[in-house]
Amino acid sequence: MSAPPRLMTGLMVVLRRDLRVALRRRSDTFSTLIFFVMVVSLFPLGVGPEPQLLRTMAPGVLWVAAMLASMLSLPRLFADDHADGTLEQMLLSTYPLALLVLGKTLAHWVGSGLPLVLLSPVLALQFDLSASATGVLVLSLLLGTPILSLVGSMGAALTVGLRGSSVLLSLLVLPLTIPVLIFGAGAVEAHTAGLGVAGHFSLLGALLIVGLMAAPWVSAAALRISME
Amino acid sequence: MSQGLQLDNLACTRGSRQLFGGLSLHIKPGDLLRVRGANGAGKTSLLRMLCGLLLPTDGQVVWRGKPLGVQRDRLGQDLIYLGHAAALKDELSPLENLFDACALNGHIPTPPAALAALQGAGLRGHERTASRRLSQGQRRRSALARLALSQNTPLWILDEPFNALDSAANAWLTRLIEDHLKNAGMVVLTSHQDMPIAAANQVDLTL
Repeated sequence: MSAPPRLMTGLMVVLRRDLRVALRRRSDTFSTLIFFVMVVSLFPLGVGPEPQLLRTMAPGVLWVAAMLASMLSLPRLFADDHADGTLEQMLLSTYPLALLVLGKTLAHWVGSGLPLVLLSPVLALQFDLSASATGVLVLSLLLGTPILSLVGSMGAALTVGLRGSSVLLSLLVLPLTIPVLIFGAGAVEAHTAGLGVAGHFSLLGALLIVGLMAAPWVSAAALRISME
Repeated sequence: MSQGLQLDNLACTRGSRQLFGGLSLHIKPGDLLRVRGANGAGKTSLLRMLCGLLLPTDGQVVWRGKPLGVQRDRLGQDLIYLGHAAALKDELSPLENLFDACALNGHIPTPPAALAALQGAGLRGHERTASRRLSQGQRRRSALARLALSQNTPLWILDEPFNALDSAANAWLTRLIEDHLKNAGMVVLTSHQDMPIAAANQVDLTL
């Protein structure tokens, strides 16, 4: 079942606009990616070249780095729109604000989450992760990073217009994303230990669905309050 | 059943300071409401209240017989609000910005109509320039070009629309507003300059 096309127009307009903006200002995506590469690469240098240790650490390190990297561009999710006045126009739009927020969140994921997913197999090489474990890692990131964007949108909506909001935002959002970290990194560990990964993926999928259903509405309500 | 916009004993308190209170007004189709007042008198707060972005401390805004509070989500199709910020994305061209603004308001203009609106606003040759390369006045024109495509939207709420405009653009905007008023539209605006606008009924409000 799909929503009426008229409603989806609003989502598509915002999604297309934000992707276009991201494409013309690529520095945000690049700084997220470079941060991710840097953090992940520091660990093998720091703990030494012990293959077994690196293999054990890999899922946790890649997941934590992905979480921190996706926090980087989060403060700007609504702050730019707030500064240039387009956020007010979104609040006055004829489309439900939650769908517009969902469009923005999707664009944020494409600009900051998806590149991390695509780059992670290359970084997994540094940790001597097996091909199948790398596959599980990529899949877990593919399911998990959209949840980070969705949860992040709630924090970004609550802190829009506050000064020095970026630290506050990370403090708000990171604790809420702990389940994603546990099941995401846990999936790779379970696979390495020879256990099934279906349970972890089911839970990540369930979190993603709950996030998709709830986060846009919460963010929309938070935006209305923040813009008063 | 009231046709226009009604302010019913409206009050606004920001922090501990009361900006205005007991404000009652009725704006009917074809009316122009001009809001004056010193800096910080609450002009922008009043305008944001009229479009539902800010909740009144006391009293209510009634649009077409129904309180704003119960129809906040659908008021969007009846009004255009242009605030202090031009609501332009720096990375996008005036044409793209105009399309997005209109699309979010529920009507997608045809490309020739959008181009004509931008040319009417005096942006010929800049339709596809990134907005960050435009001057303040050109950005203002680019934001206001939306009005030319919104003749069917009954209520225009404009915050300092004449700011940063040159005399040619002033004349263009005045004509747009006058045409809108003649079509039984309603315009609420704040302005420091006293631009003469021909209106059948002009309501002056000093905060």
